[in-house]
Amino acid sequence: MKTILIPILSTCLLISATAQDANEILKRVERNMSSDNRIFESSMIIHGNRASRTITSRTYAVGDKQSFTEYLSPAREQGTKMLKLENQLWIYSPSTDRTIQISGHMLRQSVMGSDLSYEDMMDDRKITEIYDSEVTGTEPVDGRNTWILDLTAKVTDVAYHKRKMWIDTERYVPLREELFAKSGQLLKRTSLSEVKQIEGRWFPMKVIYKDMLKQGDGTEFVITSVKFNQSIPDYIFSKAALKQ
Amino acid sequence: MKLAIKLAFRNLIGAGLRTWLNVIVLSFSFVIIIWLKGVMSGWDQQAKTDMTNWEIGGGQYWHESYDPYDPFTFSDSHSPIPGEFTGEIEKGDMEPYLIAQGTIYPQGRIQSIMIKGINPNQSIFMLPAHKLDTSMTDAIPSIIGSLMAKNLKAGIGDRVTIQWRDNQGTFDAAEILITDIFTVSVPAVDQGQVYIPLDRLQSMMGLEGEATILTYRNSESPVVDVPGWTHKPKEILTAQVDEMIKMKTTGQSVLYAVLLLLAMLAIFDTQVLSIFRRQKEIGTYVALGYTRRQVVGLFTVEGAMYAVFAALLSAAYGLPFLAWQAKAGWTMPVDASDFGMAIAQTLYPVYSAGLVVSTVLLVLLVTTVVSYWPSRRIAKMNPTEALRGKIQ
Repeated sequence: MKTILIPILSTCLLISATAQDANEILKRVERNMSSDNRIFESSMIIHGNRASRTITSRTYAVGDKQSFTEYLSPAREQGTKMLKLENQLWIYSPSTDRTIQISGHMLRQSVMGSDLSYEDMMDDRKITEIYDSEVTGTEPVDGRNTWILDLTAKVTDVAYHKRKMWIDTERYVPLREELFAKSGQLLKRTSLSEVKQIEGRWFPMKVIYKDMLKQGDGTEFVITSVKFNQSIPDYIFSKAALKQ
Repeated sequence: MKLAIKLAFRNLIGAGLRTWLNVIVLSFSFVIIIWLKGVMSGWDQQAKTDMTNWEIGGGQYWHESYDPYDPFTFSDSHSPIPGEFTGEIEKGDMEPYLIAQGTIYPQGRIQSIMIKGINPNQSIFMLPAHKLDTSMTDAIPSIIGSLMAKNLKAGIGDRVTIQWRDNQGTFDAAEILITDIFTVSVPAVDQGQVYIPLDRLQSMMGLEGEATILTYRNSESPVVDVPGWTHKPKEILTAQVDEMIKMKTTGQSVLYAVLLLLAMLAIFDTQVLSIFRRQKEIGTYVALGYTRRQVVGLFTVEGAMYAVFAALLSAAYGLPFLAWQAKAGWTMPVDASDFGMAIAQTLYPVYSAGLVVSTVLLVLLVTTVVSYWPSRRIAKMNPTEALRGKIQ
């Protein structure tokens, strides 16, 4: 009985989702995931071949265009700060007391040995503006029903030509995402979990990034506290704030 | 003068071991200075020849935005190959290069690379570009340098994934197949460089018919002023070698100075001792009608003759040694690949006639000055006191 019900329910869900424009789904996802600004503290757990490292940080972000991150621990990284303004990125290192702009091949390097590269942090446009989307199926992920959305770039200047997203049908939160190269090769996979309702929105508190071309078990990104729509002074998003 | 030389020769031979110790020390300076200068000259020649053969040809035209020391410029450093060069390119006398930044994933590790598109039929560079099998479709044929292969822990026939962003910034990835590994002493050609067919890179980047650098074969080719491209003659492209050699030569001058100082100290001491011990002889010369200047000249010639003896001794054992070095070369005890300069692990000294003559003249001049310096005391001597052997 159960084996018959699941495909029937999935088909019904797919029909209703197709009816519901994929764009509409993404807009609802954006409403959950985006905010005017946010302040959050997080732990980044980098799983290496031999051991794992945990790096904690505090981030101030306005939309997707401005962000300021200060690393809090371990002692080696403490005081390192990162500032992103539109498509420019600077890093301040307290040990050398110098600020450097990350550019060119340096953008391709990983952030503190994680599966995230600096250039992954640089794309800041809304998904609906740069991708055509289509609901192509349904699939349960971590016990929750999801729509599978295939996204194909509708503009040429986009980092990933194709993306695949698994969106929670009830909470409108992505639970998995895959990023593909132009050639179709899978480059990155992101798994989102521990979805909590915060200030009226559903928000994933844990994200696992995996660079599929790189060895290792990926990088866990756990948000320990998050506050939306706070008042953040403008000076935070200036190069001068890096040395303070 | 002839008599002075004859007397000086007799005196030096008569002094025996003292003379030969001085001559041996001075001859070491001769041989070491000539050898070191030869090594520098050999490095200069080798670096420039290797750069010409592997990297810069007879000179280059760079896209006006291209600056190898500024990664910000790389993504915009390309434009269509100017029509002015079509003839030269067709004749094979000019080769376009396209340069793109990328990432390579050897055994799941991540490394930044420069992907260089090169014509597989080129004949300007010694790169084994003909090994880029363009008929291959399932992977991109590529050649890499031996240092790069060592870093990647990869060999011929290995497949490695590379990732790049096209001209619009979109990520793309594909496998390369290493079809050949070459050995070169120019790090800029080897470290972090992956060579693939030019048309393949142009299509991967969406930059059909475009290039970053145009290299011509003949350094005598007339310079064409092309808007958007900057001409870089060979002298400018090898300027860093000249600067490095100039810097190293300055550093080595200290060593030459120390070697000469040791030799000159010995000659100076010998001269002072001679003047002190040979006062009766000096008095006799004056009594026989020598002017004081002639006596000073005699002692100066005697001192300078050390340099002549040293040159002859150096020729006796130095010539075979220097000739053997020029053939066998000098292998540096440390890994030269980490120097970041066009420097081979084994350097072959090159000695020019100018180098040998200038070194001999320099040592002769310094020895003469050092010999003359203590001899000036003779001019102040009282001849009668000197004849009596009284210390003055």
